[in-house]
Formats: sequence, C-alpha cells, structure tokens
Amino acid sequence: MTSAAPSLDFDRVTVDDVSRHFGRRRAVSRVSFAAARGAIIGLLGPNGAGKSTLLTMLATLLRPSSGTIRYGTLQAVNAPPALRARIGVLGHDLFLYPELTARENLKFFAALYGLRDADSAARAALERAGLADRGNDLVAGFSRGMRQRVALERALIHEPRLVLLDEPFTGLDEASTSALITRLRSLRDSGAAIVLATHDLDLADGLLDEAVFLREGRMVQLLSRPEGLRSAYRNAMTRPSQS
Amino acid sequence: MMRVAWLILRKDLTVEVRSREIAYTTLFFAVSCVLVFAFALVREGRGPEDGAAGILWIAVMFAGNLALGRTFERERQSETLRALLLAPASRPAVYVGKLLGILVLLFGTELLLVPLVALLFQARLLAHPFWLIAIMTTGTVGFAAVGTLFAAMLVRARSRDVLLPVLLYPITVPVIIAGVRGTATLLQPELETGIIRFWFALLVTFDVVFVTLALWTFEAVMTD
Repeated sequence: MTSAAPSLDFDRVTVDDVSRHFGRRRAVSRVSFAAARGAIIGLLGPNGAGKSTLLTMLATLLRPSSGTIRYGTLQAVNAPPALRARIGVLGHDLFLYPELTARENLKFFAALYGLRDADSAARAALERAGLADRGNDLVAGFSRGMRQRVALERALIHEPRLVLLDEPFTGLDEASTSALITRLRSLRDSGAAIVLATHDLDLADGLLDEAVFLREGRMVQLLSRPEGLRSAYRNAMTRPSQS
Repeated sequence: MMRVAWLILRKDLTVEVRSREIAYTTLFFAVSCVLVFAFALVREGRGPEDGAAGILWIAVMFAGNLALGRTFERERQSETLRALLLAPASRPAVYVGKLLGILVLLFGTELLLVPLVALLFQARLLAHPFWLIAIMTTGTVGFAAVGTLFAAMLVRARSRDVLLPVLLYPITVPVIIAGVRGTATLLQPELETGIIRFWFALLVTFDVVFVTLALWTFEAVMTD
C-alpha cells in the first residue's frame, strides 16, 4: 500500500521552534511563527538578529539545526525540488547577471522555473517593472532602483505562493520604494504569503500584518496588526534578555 | 536534468561571449606557461624526451584552476549561485550545467595548446589523433568534475583562491599521472596500444567515480 504524496500547494508556512547554529555560534534560537496566504509578515531586528538566516531556511537553502519548517503539511527536510517552484526569493543581492540584458535575465529564470512560454513571461515581467523599453539593455547599466525592480519581477515570475524578501528597500529612492510597497500590497491581495526582513521600521509601519521582533537570534515578541511599530520595537529591544 | 543543465550552459556561454574575461585570462595564462617552459627547456629546437606531455598537462591544470575560480567568482558576485539553487530543478542539474561550461572553456584552451606545444617542442602529439582526443577528453573531464564540485563548495570560503588548488591538485593526482603518461606514450615512435589502453581505462574509471560522487553529494554540499 502506498500513501498519497503530500500536496505541494500550501496555504500556510509554519516555523516551529526552529534553531540554527553555525559551529558554536547561535544564529537563530527557538523561533516560531506562521505565515498565512494573504498576509505580510515582517522579521524585524538589528543586524545579526537572525533575519537572513531565517529567510535562507524558509527558502530551503539551509536546514534548521532543530525544529521544523512546514509548507502546509510538507516538512522542508522531505520537500521535493518542485516545492521551490512555490517560493520566490528576493535577496539583499539581486540574483541578476549584469552581463545579460533585463529580458535575458528574466527569460533565463522563467525557463529555469519551467514556464512554458518564457518569452511572454519575460515580456509581461518587464511591463510590470515599468521597463518594457529598457528590456534589451544590459543590467550592468541599470540604476539600483531599476535593478531592484527587475530582481523583484525575477523573484515573482513563476507566481510563487511564498515570497521571501531580504531588505528589499535598501538603496531605493522614494518613488521606487513607493512602487515596491504598492507591488507588495497587490501581491498580498492576490493571496501570496510574504515574509519580509527589514530594519527600516518607518517603511514597515502600516505595511505588516504581523511583526516578529528578533534579537540575537531569539524571537522577543510577535505582534498582530502592529501599530506604532517604532515604540513597540524599542520596548521589545530594550527588555532584558531571558537567555 | 539535461534541460536545466543546457539552460545554465547556454547562459554561461552568453555571459562569457559578452565579457570574454575567463577565456582571455585562461588562454593567456596557458600560453604564457607553455612559452616559459619552451624558453627554459628547448635546446636547438628539441625539448626533453616526454617533456611535451608534462608541459601540456601542467598548462591545462593551471589554466583549469584559474577558469574554475573565475567561473564561480562570477556566480558569487551577485549571489546568482543561490538563485540557481533555488530553482525547482534537481541540484545536480546545476552541477552538470556548470561542469559543461568549464569543459567548453578547457577544450577551447586545449585546441590552442596542443598545436602550440607540438610546434614549440617538436613533439609528435598529433600523430595519433584518436588516442590524443580520448586521453585529453577523459583527463579534462576528471579534472573538471572534481574542480567544479570543490569550486562550488568553496564559493563562500574566504580563502577560496588558495584552498581550491590545495584541495584540487592532490585529489586529481591520478588524472595528472594518467594524462601525462598516456600522452607521453603517444610521443613514442611505436605506439604501445596496451599501455595507452591502461591509462585511458584509469581515466575513464576516475571520471565515472568522481562524476557519480559529485552528483550524489552536490545537493547536500550546497544545502548546508
């Protein structure tokens, strides 16, 4: 008798008591939260708080030392490669080849994710990025804001269910930041689960459905529908540590 | 797997055609290496017996190390290796794609090196083209198979430029010995087929073992 294969479609990603150590260094310690579809979760904390390590584990690039990450009912350790087709990642580095044009970059990643018509997907992504007229220019010649827009569309080209963003506002001017926030809200409305790591509280305020405050790898507070993010963050970060 | 490997190979070749950075540096280094040995060792138009075989393989190995380092440095600069590993393809497909890209570069370098060494050392390298191609191909595949795995593993290491040759050359000693001895056999006036078959079989065995090992370990190595 064979058991049915678990579904790769998921409505919720659950991080359950997850820790990650690098040798003796504790990068993430006993963190738990859940990211449901149609919500933006913020991982907030200073540098070295474990935000990027958590995102790397959520992206399946790193295994937790202990605890589990579940995509619906599927555990990350048992996940087949096809699960990664449901995840989109925008890293602090943009994952773009500067020697290729914006169109070539998008087409390459669309094909890599197995999209049938990579050409059309790249064209549509360029239009969403507002760069349809610059599609044949090398990415090396783009400003940081333009690269960020291409990188975001690269991360979303396969319409992922879980979107992971690491410091997406870094280096963006006001117009690009505003466009990114609008795009994130439309993604949330379309049913994606978004996990966003940032230390820019002003930009995160009003955008997040849940905020996870991290300090030295530990989760110090989980806030739903956070308001007055800056004062809540200050309180959480100045509270004595329980280690 | 082969669809993803082909996509990565095509992307690598497009990037290289645009920048020509790795091809130029690899070729320049390999040719310089051969020229230095030629100036040092060739007397009255003749090099030392079997010297051409050793010098050809030294140039290939040194140039290969350079190409391996630069190929993965390029993927590291924009963290694009992570993007490749995030794709919903089996991770060994990424390894195969990168390996094929390295092989294209190394075979291109050898196309220039073999006639150059034959000319400068007055060596009969092209007398048995079938066996030369067989030895060069299997030797290059073995070297690149191990090198691609190590270069990918070391991509985040701070001392990767030093560590790569330190790890790579000891492991590929059988390839170097078999490649040099196999090629030297081809330089003899009488071709000893038994000997050349032995070295060729050794290279094929090395290739099978290390390509299998690399495919098997790549997922685990790149996940942590």
